[in-house]
Amino acid sequence: MLVRELKETLGLTIVAGENGVDKEITAGYVGDLLSWVMANAKPGAVWITIQSHVNIIAVASLLNLSCIIVAEGAHIDKDTIEKANEEDITVFSSEMNAYELVKKLTEIGID
Amino acid sequence: MKLSFNVDGDEFTLAGESSSQVKKVLKQLGVPSEVIRKIAIAMYEAEINMVIHANGGTIDVDITPEKVYIVLKDTGPGIPDIDLAMQEGYSTASEKVRELGFGAGMGLPNMKKYSDGLEITSEVGKGTTVEITVYI
Repeated sequence: MLVRELKETLGLTIVAGENGVDKEITAGYVGDLLSWVMANAKPGAVWITIQSHVNIIAVASLLNLSCIIVAEGAHIDKDTIEKANEEDITVFSSEMNAYELVKKLTEIGID
Repeated sequence: MKLSFNVDGDEFTLAGESSSQVKKVLKQLGVPSEVIRKIAIAMYEAEINMVIHANGGTIDVDITPEKVYIVLKDTGPGIPDIDLAMQEGYSTASEKVRELGFGAGMGLPNMKKYSDGLEITSEVGKGTTVEITVYI
């Protein structure tokens, strides 16, 4: 599934990185501690987190993650949006929590 | 190929920038993605540590066909007990930094896990040098 399809299927709002929507989503990861994400998220993963400061873009970019969903409507910093646009990392915002998002992702076949 | 970076300790927002640039260069050089991943993880953790604990520093990267050798030098507070710092979960990061998702006590363990060679030399009050080797 492509990042752009995720937007429609889950009803997400794109906050930044519109140019990154043609990436393939091949896995998923949930986490808010960046070192754990660095060590364990797989390339191509959609990453669900409530962290929203600019360093999440560096993490996603270094790991070749497919996109980020910032859960529970957490406020997303301006720096994050600028960096995401620069790196073509799509950042979505969702009012759902991580558990609800994962349920939806598994329903559409992202394991 | 040699690359050098100055890491600004005040610019938290730029932390990870050097690692990103090295990753881009390695990709252009056609280094396998699994190798790039190891380097990116180990170097990012080391770079973040410099910003969090040592007010920045310098990074020198030497890329040869056989390996990538990264030296990160800072003049920060130093690490009193390296063995303790190597333990998973041990962290001296501030509450503010932890709220941003850092300081999980996984930085040094990740560096060790994802590099083929890790040397840390540190003197309290003088600074720390981290040498990371990853074979291609």
